[in-house]
Amino acid sequence: MTRQGNPLWQFRGLAGITGVALVFLYLPIVLLVVFSFNDNRVATLWTGFSLRWYSVVADNPNILRAARNSVIVAIGAMLISTTFATMAALQMARRSFPGKGAVNALFGLPLLVPEIVTAVASLMFFLAIGLELGLYTVLLAHVVFCIPFAYLPIRARLADMDPRLAEAAADLYATPGRAFWRITLPLLAPGIVSGAMLAFIVSLDDFVITFFVAGPGATTLPVYIFGLVRMGITPEVNALAALLLLASIAFVAVSWWIGRRRP
Amino acid sequence: MGAAPSSSTYPAAADASPARALSARLGPGATGTLLMAPSVLTLALFMLVPMLLMGVISLLQPDTYGGVKWGQWTADAYVRFLFERDLDDQWVLNTDYLNIFARSFGLATAAVVITLLLGFPLALYIALQDAQRRSVLLLLVTIPFWVNLLVRTYAWILLLRNGGLVEQAMVPFGWQGEGLNFLYTPAAVAIGLVYAFLPFMVLPIYTSLEKLDWRLVEAAFDLGANRRRALTRIVLPLAAPGIAAGCLLVFVPALGTYYIPELLGGSKHLMVGSLVQNQFGSARNWPFGAALAFALLAMVLAGMTFYALRFKRGLDA
Repeated sequence: MTRQGNPLWQFRGLAGITGVALVFLYLPIVLLVVFSFNDNRVATLWTGFSLRWYSVVADNPNILRAARNSVIVAIGAMLISTTFATMAALQMARRSFPGKGAVNALFGLPLLVPEIVTAVASLMFFLAIGLELGLYTVLLAHVVFCIPFAYLPIRARLADMDPRLAEAAADLYATPGRAFWRITLPLLAPGIVSGAMLAFIVSLDDFVITFFVAGPGATTLPVYIFGLVRMGITPEVNALAALLLLASIAFVAVSWWIGRRRP
Repeated sequence: MGAAPSSSTYPAAADASPARALSARLGPGATGTLLMAPSVLTLALFMLVPMLLMGVISLLQPDTYGGVKWGQWTADAYVRFLFERDLDDQWVLNTDYLNIFARSFGLATAAVVITLLLGFPLALYIALQDAQRRSVLLLLVTIPFWVNLLVRTYAWILLLRNGGLVEQAMVPFGWQGEGLNFLYTPAAVAIGLVYAFLPFMVLPIYTSLEKLDWRLVEAAFDLGANRRRALTRIVLPLAAPGIAAGCLLVFVPALGTYYIPELLGGSKHLMVGSLVQNQFGSARNWPFGAALAFALLAMVLAGMTFYALRFKRGLDA
């Protein structure tokens, strides 16, 4: 029939809608970055280029403390959840065992339950068992919802792996430990890296759960930004938001680059 | 895969790695239990137990300054959802909370419909490109998903507020500076929801379209179908599982969203999320908050069950 052998090509509307959708997705974040360089005190009135709001952000000790909290929690949650998830994925990839279905459901729970429900349930639980809210409660809550995010890529990678490789290692007189360190783990590494990155970014981005379980002094960057936005729209928020946005995009670029290097 | 079948297979098994020594002492299967334990215990203790506790708390009496009176059981929190006591201490119907749930349901449904109308053509377009363009387009759709949602929602405030960028953009077209009040309307919330969750709709639909055997479409054309017929009779039914998954992935977070209506909808257009939050903030009524959270959870689970029955099973059969 027509080119590519596929007449669905002729739906001209498709390209148009795609264009509209992409503009819709990118226009707000592009404008946000542009206006973070605005000199004017009014956040949406362009008068000239300036970096002064970035220096305001950099000089604010509260912002730096919130950023530090965010990074501490994200790294902690990433390391713990990825370790736990890797161990669990190794076991789940093996033959079935009693309760496997229930464990699967348990892993899905943090993904299915609305965040606000998890948030208030965690808050009540921490207060009921007499835990003082602080950075530890934030870390604990983050580990919980990071586990499934770290688990899924690792599990998927394990499913794609050829079990005969580990068997071949055994045939060649490798001990189970040696086969694990020399064969399984290196092959699994890309899955572990994507799981860890996913856990890191999901933790860094979280607002709702953190908002509920963070004690005084445990404010993270998203919680701090929410507070600022509630008070009013200032160029300072623009600059801070733009920084967070660029950090996310840099992160995606790096993970995309790592993904491409995969053999 | 990694470890632990019977040791007789491995003549060289003399090395005494700690994990191996441990599993030898505990017997077969113990390594597996040790591997599962950290994740399962964490999720059970800090996810499942809090949910159960929430169920218990929803049946208790509230304490005056937040918290609950343990051991004093009541179903008040659930009754309060539909009824309130009037001045004569009679229970009368109160639809305020029901309205908030209905609004949340309506906005989440609107978000699903709009993301579907925008997302399906987008996914179809991507699926029809060659491999190189596909991966670029997919990356473009995925990037916003990685950008902090709070930041992305904030960007819409800049656009929609009075004197904001949308109004400024309209000035050259002869519009005179009156405030249009885009912000703090249900429409603003809907825009925020669509913006936030569009990638959740596109990616599953793309996945099902990517697996689609396009020869079936060609066969339809050979048999005299026109484009619309090929689309509605071949492509749409085969993409149905992806469409259903996308709808679910948009509906669930949209229903329980907290800060999108909080930032874009203002205080007049509450959704369930804000209502739940209020019970733990200013209202200090834990049991009612827990009951509301449970009602929200029930709606989500109903959606899941519907999806599982309709699509998961339909696929296997």
